[in-house]
Amino acid sequence: MRILKNLLFLSLLGAVVFAILQTLIVTQVLDDYTLQILCMAGINIMVALSLNLISGFTGQLALGHAGFLAVGAYSTGILLIAQVPMPLAILGGALITALLGFLIGFPALRLRGDYLAIVTLGVGEIIRVLIINLGELTGGSAGLRNIPGYAANIMVNNPAAFLWIFPAVFIVVALVTNLMQSSHGRALISIREDEIASQAMGVNIFGMKLMSFTVSAFIAGLAGALYAPFIGYLAPGGFDFLRSVFFVIIVVLGGMGSLTGTVLSGLGLTFLQEALRTNAKGWSQSVASLFGTGSGGFVIDLVPMSQVLFGLILILLMIFKPQGLLGTKELRLTKFWHRGAK
Amino acid sequence: MKPILSARHLVMQFGGLRAVADFNLELFPGELVGLIGPNGAGKTTVFNMLTGVYEPTEGTIELDDRKGGVAVISGLPPHKITRRGVSRTFQNIRLFKSMTVWENVAIARHAHVPYTLAQAVLRLPPFGKAEAEVRQEIQDLLTIFKIDEKAEWRAANLPYGEQRKLEIVRALAAKPSVLLLDEPAAGMNPQETIELMELIRFVKDRYQLTVLLIEHDMNLVMGICERLVVLDYGRTIAEGLPAEIRSNPVVIKAYLGEDAVHA
Repeated sequence: MRILKNLLFLSLLGAVVFAILQTLIVTQVLDDYTLQILCMAGINIMVALSLNLISGFTGQLALGHAGFLAVGAYSTGILLIAQVPMPLAILGGALITALLGFLIGFPALRLRGDYLAIVTLGVGEIIRVLIINLGELTGGSAGLRNIPGYAANIMVNNPAAFLWIFPAVFIVVALVTNLMQSSHGRALISIREDEIASQAMGVNIFGMKLMSFTVSAFIAGLAGALYAPFIGYLAPGGFDFLRSVFFVIIVVLGGMGSLTGTVLSGLGLTFLQEALRTNAKGWSQSVASLFGTGSGGFVIDLVPMSQVLFGLILILLMIFKPQGLLGTKELRLTKFWHRGAK
Repeated sequence: MKPILSARHLVMQFGGLRAVADFNLELFPGELVGLIGPNGAGKTTVFNMLTGVYEPTEGTIELDDRKGGVAVISGLPPHKITRRGVSRTFQNIRLFKSMTVWENVAIARHAHVPYTLAQAVLRLPPFGKAEAEVRQEIQDLLTIFKIDEKAEWRAANLPYGEQRKLEIVRALAAKPSVLLLDEPAAGMNPQETIELMELIRFVKDRYQLTVLLIEHDMNLVMGICERLVVLDYGRTIAEGLPAEIRSNPVVIKAYLGEDAVHA
């Protein structure tokens, strides 16, 4: 009953939030630029969630999720260019990635710890190099162009994309939460805690790892599938190792094994990165004027420093909060609810 | 009577080391058997073979299949052997430390939950009912062992003795017919050891189990075991009632050396 109530609560909440967002879009409170960043954040959150499932909860470090993102994005892009309807193309992209995840996971998950990390890293790079060399199909290093968008009119593509991506993120978060709060989810955590004890208690650890990895690939592929019609143009350079590391950073920062932590840090880091990218110039000028050296004097240019700043923030967070923002804990709306009632 | 578990001519070879050479054992239903021997005799290796952690280099292990026949279990992966009714605890406690007490026990029920992954993710009807049943079942089990008040504690925060106890409860939740305890009294004080002996007897009678235990604490071994198997250098050197083993010169020699026998 509690579960039903929660579900009802969640879907009601979703509907209300959706209505509010729709209003915000129409009234231009959420402008095109903000929507674009929110969409990007949604994609990042989904990939980070999928990575948290396999690495944070199941304890199997994977470093190639940009590869899964790429497979989902390219598959859907190619399908869309071939005039496949949007929902089918998105589902197709996710399923192709899941199949690939299954096929890679089958041999790779026999390895543990560092070895698995290296193998997944290698797989991510192989995918990227394959994309560069597949010629006509993927557009090679020039990229895949003219992918049909969510909206026929390119001017309103961002709002349309947002109304696809936001519910998708919402549903993925809800379903992964459900997974983690079931016997299957507990079995995944038990693998992270102690593989030997886990299998001694009757858990098929290889089967569960493979399940986790496949679901993870599906979600990352879904993120890629939603990304392709949002961005309209795919280049293999965007799916390199650094991109995979970015997802690892989101997961570690939010807390390995915390879903709400991943959502918060995914949102936060996407905005931070964007802010550093676009505002660095303005900030360097204000810093300069602060020291009264604005005209002709000594100016620290923060633009090339933005990545350094990003790294610095991460280092500080890891020093003061090594378990991530939330550790393995979850933020629960119902908790605030109860607290409010007392 | 037919044995519930029998191991024949088990050999475990690690490269050049023969950890176990020709181990034989027959466990009869309802027995409480002790497996003893000096350090490095191969006791834990035997456990690891019986539970599938290691695949024996030679020999076979057969288990009563609860349907009147026997099944060969040697070579099966550990989770399959557990599902067929052999459950264990570990010498150095292996709880799922960051999980709660009840979740630790719930893992042992995972193989028995009736709902599928899809039903769990979509919260379809079989899920809620089954999950409520599992929780109730575990709550009952925890109540029997008097740790129900700590059901929501993280396992790592339990006192040492209760961690050992929780491991036994977790092994029981897998619904075994044969329970293997690897040094259950390790690190316990005499008072805790006495309580543990009571607990083992209670568990065996209540759940009609066959128990095989490894132990160094001779008070415990002599106190509760009905039969003893002595292992040295990977071989069974003696087998019999505790009183016989106590005065067996071969066993004394293995533990204390040649001189002790003539002293």
